[in-house]
Amino acid sequence: MSLDYVKFSNGFERFMPKEYRDMVEHGPFGKKVSVSQMGSFKEILEEHPMCAGCAMTLFIRLAMIAVPNPEDTIMVGTAGCGRLAISQAAIPFVYGNYGDQNGVASGLSRGLRLRFGDKPKDVVVMAGDGGTADIGFQQVLHSWFRKERFTTIMLDNEVYGNTGGQESGMTSRGAVLKMAPLGKKFEKMDMLQMAKVAGCAYVATVVPNNPRRVESVIKKAVLIAREVGSTYIQAYTSCNIEYAIPTDKVMEDAKNVENDRYQFTEYVSEEAKQYLAERYGYKEFLPKPAAPAGAIPNKA
Amino acid sequence: MSEAEVKNSPATSVAAPKAEAKKDPHAEAKKQRVVTPEYMFHEAPRTKEFITGSEAAKEAIRRSNVDLAIAYPITPQSETMQLVGVLYGEGYVKEYYRGEEEVGVMAAIAGGSRSGVRCYTATAGPGTLRGLEGIASWPGHRLPAVAMFTCRVVNAPLAIQPDNIEVAYLLNCGMIVFHAENQQDMFDFTMAGFIISEKNDVTLPVGVCCDGFFVTHARGYVRMQERGIKLPPREAYHGAVPVLDAENPPARLSRDAPVQKSNFMAYNIHAVWQQEVWAAVERSRKYINQYMGGLLTAENVDGAEAVIIASGSACAQSREAVRICAEKGIKIGLIKVRSLRPFPTKELRELCKNAKLIVVPEFNIVGWLAKEVATAIYGYSKAKIIGGPRVYGGQSMPVELIVDEVESGLTGKKSTNVAMSQVMGGTVNQDDVAHFMRSI
Repeated sequence: MSLDYVKFSNGFERFMPKEYRDMVEHGPFGKKVSVSQMGSFKEILEEHPMCAGCAMTLFIRLAMIAVPNPEDTIMVGTAGCGRLAISQAAIPFVYGNYGDQNGVASGLSRGLRLRFGDKPKDVVVMAGDGGTADIGFQQVLHSWFRKERFTTIMLDNEVYGNTGGQESGMTSRGAVLKMAPLGKKFEKMDMLQMAKVAGCAYVATVVPNNPRRVESVIKKAVLIAREVGSTYIQAYTSCNIEYAIPTDKVMEDAKNVENDRYQFTEYVSEEAKQYLAERYGYKEFLPKPAAPAGAIPNKA
Repeated sequence: MSEAEVKNSPATSVAAPKAEAKKDPHAEAKKQRVVTPEYMFHEAPRTKEFITGSEAAKEAIRRSNVDLAIAYPITPQSETMQLVGVLYGEGYVKEYYRGEEEVGVMAAIAGGSRSGVRCYTATAGPGTLRGLEGIASWPGHRLPAVAMFTCRVVNAPLAIQPDNIEVAYLLNCGMIVFHAENQQDMFDFTMAGFIISEKNDVTLPVGVCCDGFFVTHARGYVRMQERGIKLPPREAYHGAVPVLDAENPPARLSRDAPVQKSNFMAYNIHAVWQQEVWAAVERSRKYINQYMGGLLTAENVDGAEAVIIASGSACAQSREAVRICAEKGIKIGLIKVRSLRPFPTKELRELCKNAKLIVVPEFNIVGWLAKEVATAIYGYSKAKIIGGPRVYGGQSMPVELIVDEVESGLTGKKSTNVAMSQVMGGTVNQDDVAHFMRSI
């Protein structure tokens, strides 16, 4: 267990900042916490430099709560708004080069398996829509085809937020943004379909205004990636700055977008269903009991 | 040959042999025993084999206890990494796969090294430049690993021919760079590379360069230790920065948001970090001396009026040129530079202090070695430095070209093969060399 690294060395406790002591004493490490308990424990991500009203930040907070073993989790990301928050969290984070997150995660997760065998070391990639669908596209798709055992989460704000509002592959057709002065001329990339074609064992879409669902999909995705194969979550995490969404309307926008192009979808491969049911007791994926012999159809 | 004989002939491809009844393919690898680097490099008995450079690299990896190797084909490197794949099949390498292309491969090597395991890859020419964003970031992330670069043409018009211009790019990454002359160097430098790379006060990647085809595809004698011994494994917790395994607190490297901001702290953090990277390159000198016997080798330099300085396969032609010059009664020596980063500055200043003429033959058009030499000995030697002859794009290096430069250099005759702008130092007219001095 790597819980030791979040503990104090003997005699050093009183010299540690309060934030750190809170994390050790009231943090989620080694405990089971849930989004419904938010406010009653110290979160892995609290302080961050993100814009007021940023839905991506809420999603990242929820994701940090949802990971099943925060003390044995390593996150990997790339350039973009998201990493400004992810790098402030009490989970080790790798920020490598542009769009290299799925390549780094491939080497990292394979190396950790060589060193730690069956002991879970969860690698979770969290990168933006530009990092995932544009500059990192090749490495993302190939890691899926290779069935690399880690989770990829796309923080989809449908724009290059960190560089100041340019069109991305995940921008909807027609949206007028920088570098798309006449409106985007092609469709939003269907990364969900590509994830399925590439053989991901689990593919889901979420919006941040449903915390329990965010928690549920991330838990499943991370658990499945331990043994079954690649998993992919695509989260709508609006950019209220570049899309000029009033701060108090951010959740309303998420609801509207959910109804428009981000309806909840979840694909779980048969192997992943069986694995979740047998290893982690997910009842909804247990095989349906066969109808008793002699039962009369259309009766009862 | 009958059909039956054809079927029974030994496999010449790298395809996995048909499984024989329950024989453990890893049996030999499992019997390997770990020995100290000192024993491996200095004491272990060696036997001589006549093999290609790619095979020499394979044999080095067999004895280097490599955990993760990632392959991607590009000429003339492909054979090397597919032979490493054979080692994976035999259990000498624990994990191996064919990556998507070089950007992805270099990223995955970075991930593997961060996880604390020993990593190896190889590429060439355009592959090196394609992966360069990642390669150039390895030193800053303090990632030990060994990468082999089997140099070839990178510029247009593209060719697969030998040309070591890509070394010029690698020299400025902050990594350690060796240049192998032959198959023996490929073998020795690769193995020593892992040990030097993982030293606590180094913790840097090592690039082992060689001139493609001349070394990779040609055969030479290589003296090797027995197959049954290997280097100690990488000690994940011996690095200068913690590995990312969630077992110990992570280093606040580029995950630290302030580094990404434009303020004094950001500039300062980047500056001191890069200073430390290059200081680590400097600290590797003692290990290169210890395990490889020096950053350079010098032959016949004492009392020589002319010295040829070369690296890589140019050393072979230079050695022949030295022989011919000696027959003509010219007192001439040869310095072979093995380590380009760190560069043997002190050694060259000492060795060249009395030389009248230095000739630097190279397999590239820009003359990166001549610039390195001139910079290193500036003010320490009055020698005239001839930055040439140079061949590129796959041309071979006629020994006569080198001999011509030595003879004309000593007599003061104008060279027909080396432009005046490539001549430096000595009593040369400064106007003639102005172009060169501007470009270094």
